[in-house]
Amino acid sequence: MKIRQIATVGAVSVLALSTQASAQTQIDWWHAMGGELGVATEAVAEGFNASQSDYVVVPSYRGSYTETMTGAIAAFRAGEQPDIVQVFEVGTGTMMAAEGAIVPVYQLMEQTGAAFDQTAFLPAVVGYYTDPDGNMLSMPFNSSTPIFYYNKTVFEAAGLDPEQSPRTWAEVEAFSRQIMESGAAECGFTTGWVSWVQLENFSAWHNQPIGTLQNGFGGLETEMTVNGPIQVRHWENLARWEEEGLFRYGGPGGGADAPPAFYAQQCAMYMNSSASRAGVLNNTPDFEVGFGMLPYYDDVAGAPQNSIIGGATLWVLSGGSDEEQAGVAAFFNYLSSPEVQAGWHQQTGYLPITQAAYELSTEQGYYEANPGAEVSIQQMTMNAPTDNSRGLRFGNYVQIRTVIDEEFQRLLAGDVDAQGALDAVVARGNALIRDFEDANG
Amino acid sequence: MQTKRTIFGNKGLPYLLLAPQLAVTIIFFLWPAAQAVRQSFLREDAFGLSSSFVGLRNYTRLFDNPEYLNAIKVTVVFSISTVVLALGVSLILALAVDRMIRSGRAYTTLLVWPYAVAPAVAGILWWFIFNPTIGIMPYILENLFGYDWNHSLTPNDAMILVVVAAAWKQISYNFLFFVAGLQSIPTSLREAAAIDGAGPVKRFWTITLPLLSPTTFFLLVVNVVYTLFETFAVIDATTEGGPAQATNILVYKVFRDGFVGLDFGSSAAQSVILMGLVIVLTVIQFRFVERRVTY
Repeated sequence: MKIRQIATVGAVSVLALSTQASAQTQIDWWHAMGGELGVATEAVAEGFNASQSDYVVVPSYRGSYTETMTGAIAAFRAGEQPDIVQVFEVGTGTMMAAEGAIVPVYQLMEQTGAAFDQTAFLPAVVGYYTDPDGNMLSMPFNSSTPIFYYNKTVFEAAGLDPEQSPRTWAEVEAFSRQIMESGAAECGFTTGWVSWVQLENFSAWHNQPIGTLQNGFGGLETEMTVNGPIQVRHWENLARWEEEGLFRYGGPGGGADAPPAFYAQQCAMYMNSSASRAGVLNNTPDFEVGFGMLPYYDDVAGAPQNSIIGGATLWVLSGGSDEEQAGVAAFFNYLSSPEVQAGWHQQTGYLPITQAAYELSTEQGYYEANPGAEVSIQQMTMNAPTDNSRGLRFGNYVQIRTVIDEEFQRLLAGDVDAQGALDAVVARGNALIRDFEDANG
Repeated sequence: MQTKRTIFGNKGLPYLLLAPQLAVTIIFFLWPAAQAVRQSFLREDAFGLSSSFVGLRNYTRLFDNPEYLNAIKVTVVFSISTVVLALGVSLILALAVDRMIRSGRAYTTLLVWPYAVAPAVAGILWWFIFNPTIGIMPYILENLFGYDWNHSLTPNDAMILVVVAAAWKQISYNFLFFVAGLQSIPTSLREAAAIDGAGPVKRFWTITLPLLSPTTFFLLVVNVVYTLFETFAVIDATTEGGPAQATNILVYKVFRDGFVGLDFGSSAAQSVILMGLVIVLTVIQFRFVERRVTY
């Protein structure tokens, strides 16, 4: 009797609480932005929450990109998924194939009747995340592209023009030799993300296909084609330069050893994400940093084409109520407004995702005050993307990235030549793509 | 209301008292193990939207897969090297401490410290020391011995690094057992041998080592289990299985394929194989270790 009373009181109070809470619909957002980026991310959510009273976006940091994605998938399997999850670009193939698990952004906007103009977005960014009909599937959030950083102080000491970054790979080689011979630095250049910068972006930048069927955008039956003569030539050169000490390998994945080598002035040049700009400036108080576009081989027709992006987008997971979906749509609209985008872009170094945000940043004088901040956008928008330079979309690409790292390591260790390494990337990559096709076909 | 009797009757009481332990075992061990076995026969997409029964295909594919065979080879090399190094060094340390009369206790305390370091922290520590760009060891090796250390490219360097890091972690544990084992050897035996004219080396091989064998055998099993299953953090923090899978041991491959690659079927099949291995090791331990104790 008594227990029943308590239970009734309890149920009533729970009801009261939930009605109070349901005045504002809660939207869960899992992200992978730690540190300073995490603070900026939470500020975006707070800004949205303060701008209206119907919805509350609750961001929650879930670790690395891999952990966030795996966590969201595990949560989905248990029926406890968040409304929005941030997924890195190489997870795009996996997310896209999970048709019952996701709500494409264009569909969400249609269903909820939110105002939405896809043409306002930068094509080079959105192109990576559209289906073959050009519909936007996920919301670009943090996109970046690799750019070229160099040490102006070392350039000067080596007798090079500190205002001119090397335009071609031949210049990178010649500059490296001059720097090393003059003793200005002990190594020429290093790079983060070998797979992303020295293979994927390298191919797009030289208008070479990464895979069949428009780099995999055309369907799951795609096959990799990165063992073309241009890529082989570049990897051959990298191996030779590593042997001679011109190039220093920074390790697999993001290349954890590359930034310290540049910061410590061991290597004079460095290629990495445009979002590394803030980190580079913070860690290099002793010398002046120059910015440039990625180098290219000037005898390759069509180079330079345009670079491709990396980073992450926001995916909407299915299973949310109508109110939640409406809230997500409202949040996405807030997120892509010029003011929010320009603020995010300037604070983090990620690309602005809309034309308006770029123009607003220009108007605000951001690019004049911050040399090098515009390189990424110029490089992305240099030419209209071709089928080879829109991006790439392969299933199991997280593992294929590992395969690329492994074969690059075997190349540098001298176990295999460049042709053999890239042939192995293609063979092993295709096997993984077939596995994915099997499981999702 | 139920009476006390039906709840706490003679029949129910033992079950009730066992229930918490049984519940923990079932929820945290048996149920996940059963899930893994079930999953190992399925082929699923990452979200579990479509799944199909594929029989033993996940297993047969593993043994046709050069990467898996490589992982087995790597695991064998890694386990043997780590166990030999961890047992050898800790035995030498224990023998040294055993000869100390006053300072033995202080050394014992100091030598146990590494065991308190979390595996991930230990991994980061070694990563720093051996980092090719900023580490102190590559610097010393280069300048004193002219050896170009680079574990991110040279498979042997990477293997040495993970073996040293994993063994370092286990030395304290082994050391404690060896010290205790040595103390339980009657001094009179060694004294008698000394009076008969046996030197320290002779005494070690004919008296100390045989009498230590139960401890050694127990530690051997514990260390093998350690290298197979608990070295995940060390690998993850130092080499991540690289370069080119040169340090990709079986348990790390389960993680890579399952959590990074989202290939749950293959990952489950691999963990079922590992489960079989643990069962075999446990049987060995109970059958032989228990028997060898009666010397």
